Amino acid sequence: MKNSKEMVMKGIFFLSACFSIVALLLIVIFIFANGVPFMLDYGFFNFIFGMEWTPTNAPASYGIFPMIIGSIYVTIGAAVVGVPIGVLTAIFMAEFCPSFLYKILKPAVNLMAAIPSIVYGFFALQVFTPLIRQYFGGNGYSVLTASILLGIMILPTVISLSESALRAVPRTYYTGSVALGATHERSIFRVLLPAAKSGIISSIILGIGRAIGETMAVVLIAGNQAIIPDSLLSGVRTLTTNIVIEMAYATGEHREALIATAVVLFGFILLINSIFLYFKNKEAK
Amino acid sequence: MSAKIIRGFVYLSAAITFGMLGYVIIFILINGVRFLTPDLFAWNSTSQNVSMMPAIITTLYVVGGTLLVTTPIGVFTGFYLVEYANRKNPIVKAVSMATDTLAAVPSIVYGLFGFLFFVTFLSFRLSLIAGILTSVIMSLPLIIRATEEALISTGRPIREASYALGAGKLRTIFTVVLPVAMPGILSGIILATGRVIGETAALLYTLGSASNIPGGLFSSGRTLALHMFVLSNEGFHVDQAYATAVVLLLFVLILNGLSTLVSARLSKGGK
Repeated sequence: MKNSKEMVMKGIFFLSACFSIVALLLIVIFIFANGVPFMLDYGFFNFIFGMEWTPTNAPASYGIFPMIIGSIYVTIGAAVVGVPIGVLTAIFMAEFCPSFLYKILKPAVNLMAAIPSIVYGFFALQVFTPLIRQYFGGNGYSVLTASILLGIMILPTVISLSESALRAVPRTYYTGSVALGATHERSIFRVLLPAAKSGIISSIILGIGRAIGETMAVVLIAGNQAIIPDSLLSGVRTLTTNIVIEMAYATGEHREALIATAVVLFGFILLINSIFLYFKNKEAK
Repeated sequence: MSAKIIRGFVYLSAAITFGMLGYVIIFILINGVRFLTPDLFAWNSTSQNVSMMPAIITTLYVVGGTLLVTTPIGVFTGFYLVEYANRKNPIVKAVSMATDTLAAVPSIVYGLFGFLFFVTFLSFRLSLIAGILTSVIMSLPLIIRATEEALISTGRPIREASYALGAGKLRTIFTVVLPVAMPGILSGIILATGRVIGETAALLYTLGSASNIPGGLFSSGRTLALHMFVLSNEGFHVDQAYATAVVLLLFVLILNGLSTLVSARLSKGGK
């Protein structure tokens, strides 16, 4: 009797575990089945490397190269801003923070993750856009604005996962290092940090995923011109914003082109994920 | 000397992080509170009062519905991955890969998928159920990851002690491991809740943006975040958008405070 209960629950746990696989397969099938035929029809090369995105022109052009570059720019920008600050803050949380302060700051990080992206976007629109217009020039809707905002938005992801990774390192690593005469800082950066590398990398990958996928905050502050930005201060349109701006009114071929945009976005995610898995496996060996 | 510089950078980064968080919150509160009028909480939303009451109710529906489905699935997945399966099992690898990938899938792609699958293919139309199911898939990896990490960090000894006392695997998981892992799992649920509350891109084309309280699982509605998006998008009601941001923020603040309390209490109880 007791044994059968164990078996039933094990079965339920197993089915739950399969749910993610099924969900992912469904997503891949539905996005690809609706987007890939259009890509082949229009010409894969023309679609990916086309410089013109003019879906409303008489012979419409659906080239998404500017949006691909746009997504890459703002994601790199977000990583440049968010990763160092995030990892260092995680080190602060794990190793420097006095416990009375930690009780306040830990929930603060969770809160930061829970603040809706539309609120961040609205905040950036009201605060960053005028500041950048005033001090750097341009109209404020730019690669720079989007990079700073996304850098802030990926902070909680990077911080909480990096902190868990640092805390998961056995304490003996640290005490051993200190016993050998290394300072607190040296022990952290030379011993704890390398030991926690795989967890920290996974936090960065998640953060980058969040930056690439962010839509509603970016749409408010990036300017959204479908051109390749020529400076940090020029406007930019990403793959995500391309979809959300036009999905509301797109029909027929135009709608298929937007789903195909999602296919490309998905391709990016799969690529990043494979790189991540490669490093993770390397780490395990 | 270099130790001091490193320490300086660590403190500076923490100051930037928490300074920015404080700035966002204080800025929204200072600019938004004055626009909070009783009109905004009228039971029925019209183009005159642009009430956010229906959006508040809808947000509760969507979050509640999503957590109800996603929490057991996510936690059970964590159980299977950590407690049952061999790490080298191909299914475990497949689940981990699927979870990693799902975690990185952009919310607009979830939105498109929900639109193609739930709204169109399953003919749910723009509805509460389509929005909830999309949110379930979207929030699942957060809970799986949190559960996995929390379970792994509990360590072997408590399990061995429990087995040594004669407890079965299931009993060990639910009465010994789960209480210890609870704060970690809860932090995953907080992340998931935050993600659903703040979600706009995935819900715009699944839940839709009807301005009144959904009458059933198959009617459309709008969450607070969607409401704020619609207001800022139309551009006629920027003041009300500020006010909505305040409510959204209070929502998140209260929820986070509660979860922090629960998590602190549970972690004490577990020990």
